[in-house]
Amino acid sequence: MEKRFIYADNAATTAVSEEVLNAMLPYFREGYGNASSIYKLGRDAQKAVETAREKVAKALGAEPREIYFTSCGSEADNWAIKGTAELMAKKGKKHIITSVFEHHAVLHTTEYLEKHGYEVTYIPVSDKGLIDPEDIRKAIREDTALVTIMYANNEIGTIQPIEEIAAICHEKGVLFHTDAVQAVGHIDIDVHKQGIDMLSLSGHKIHAQKGIGALYIRKGITLPNFVHGGGQERGKRAGTENVPAIVGLGVAIEAATRDIAAKNAVITPRRNKLIDGMLKLPHTRLNGDRDKRLPGNLNISIEGIEGESLLLMLDLNGICASSGSACTSGSLDPSHVLLSIGLKHEIAHGSLRLSIEDTTTDEDVDYILEVIPNVVKRLREMSPVWEKIQKGEKYE
Amino acid sequence: MLYSEKVLDHFSNPRNVGEIEDADGIGEIGNAKCGDIMKMYLKIDNNIITDVKFKTFGCGAAVATSSMATELIKGKSIDDALKLTNQAVVEALDGLPAVKVHCSVLAEQAVRAALSDYYTRQGIDPLPIVGEIKEPEE
Repeated sequence: MEKRFIYADNAATTAVSEEVLNAMLPYFREGYGNASSIYKLGRDAQKAVETAREKVAKALGAEPREIYFTSCGSEADNWAIKGTAELMAKKGKKHIITSVFEHHAVLHTTEYLEKHGYEVTYIPVSDKGLIDPEDIRKAIREDTALVTIMYANNEIGTIQPIEEIAAICHEKGVLFHTDAVQAVGHIDIDVHKQGIDMLSLSGHKIHAQKGIGALYIRKGITLPNFVHGGGQERGKRAGTENVPAIVGLGVAIEAATRDIAAKNAVITPRRNKLIDGMLKLPHTRLNGDRDKRLPGNLNISIEGIEGESLLLMLDLNGICASSGSACTSGSLDPSHVLLSIGLKHEIAHGSLRLSIEDTTTDEDVDYILEVIPNVVKRLREMSPVWEKIQKGEKYE
Repeated sequence: MLYSEKVLDHFSNPRNVGEIEDADGIGEIGNAKCGDIMKMYLKIDNNIITDVKFKTFGCGAAVATSSMATELIKGKSIDDALKLTNQAVVEALDGLPAVKVHCSVLAEQAVRAALSDYYTRQGIDPLPIVGEIKEPEE
């Protein structure tokens, strides 16, 4: 089979689309005005920013004034969590609830707050990678300031019961934030209908450029200013607007949410074919619930091999993918997400995540399914762990 | 993770992969929990390492360091093999990222573990000759 190049790591980042790039280009060399300037060049930039804000708001079912542009999804998470913590501390509420398998943009923020006098409850997840909303209800206390739960997990793609969690939060009078970086553009979101108080998103996951994100803050919630300076973003987040990036985000989110159902109808059967094909290999397992997951996400553990080796081999065959192995993260421990669903270290090291899109073709899927068994065979042949597995020996 | 061309070469075309059925010494080091296991097989004749094979479960650097270590000791005397340091393996691979240097230590220790096994099989206490084998910390 002829070598192909297949980008199957869309959960890591995506290419800027042609539509997005074309929309951005005029704002580098011609429409370069500062959106705060009074003359036409500035006003035009201001208009472009506000048009993008409208597009983001529309995609989320929000009002434009509820959308604040940030430099990335991590910044949006930081702002929502630290801002709510500061706001609610004034009312004596210094308890935050999150889950054990959030993105580090959330977990490292809550860990920071723990060092500064806040208490944090980390809700466990099931072996399918799902949060039980009743666990949230039980964890809510008189002094709970915020519940922050990711919409969909970045590694195993599991979609959380966001509406149920939001309903519980509101019943108890607690604010609810969701990191929706992986969900936007893949699942229909309506923040008002779903009762979401704050939502973080990132541009580069949906074919905008890197370095642009947004935070939706429901009107009536007055988070403290996150960046002090000029009056940009209603005075909440200073800094001259990155007009091209903002314009790109607007176009990208409009395109990504245009017809989610049709897109998913294309992606899901291809992803399922990949899952079924890979599970034919002995000693493999699918990580995360099969149905309640992002349409393009696949995460499997392949016993007897190590993730980084697998990624390098796939790269040699033109396939870009990712893994929860410790070696790929530069730390000693494998992914906290895989450990949170009960995987042993040695199984988590051999995990593979593919994240495909509607542009991933049937031929691409066939190619991946032809390459992976060969690569796995080769790595297993040189693996002393695989030798033990075949002999039925323990290998921990 | 920026690997040198040599590391990528030894990863994608590892030298001396496999097993030696009638090996004179076998050493295994590491554990699956940490994500790296190396198994080294030696054939020794008249104090010379006439053949060496390895099997490795681990990252790209683990495979490459195992491969390079086998290259560096094949055809050499036991004395020379005992002098193999992880630094020599790193240098022969044109360097390793800092977080991967521990893989070269594993490769060095796998060679020593196999030599230790060789002496034990000969009825000779390996400790004074080979020294302690350092298992990686969990």
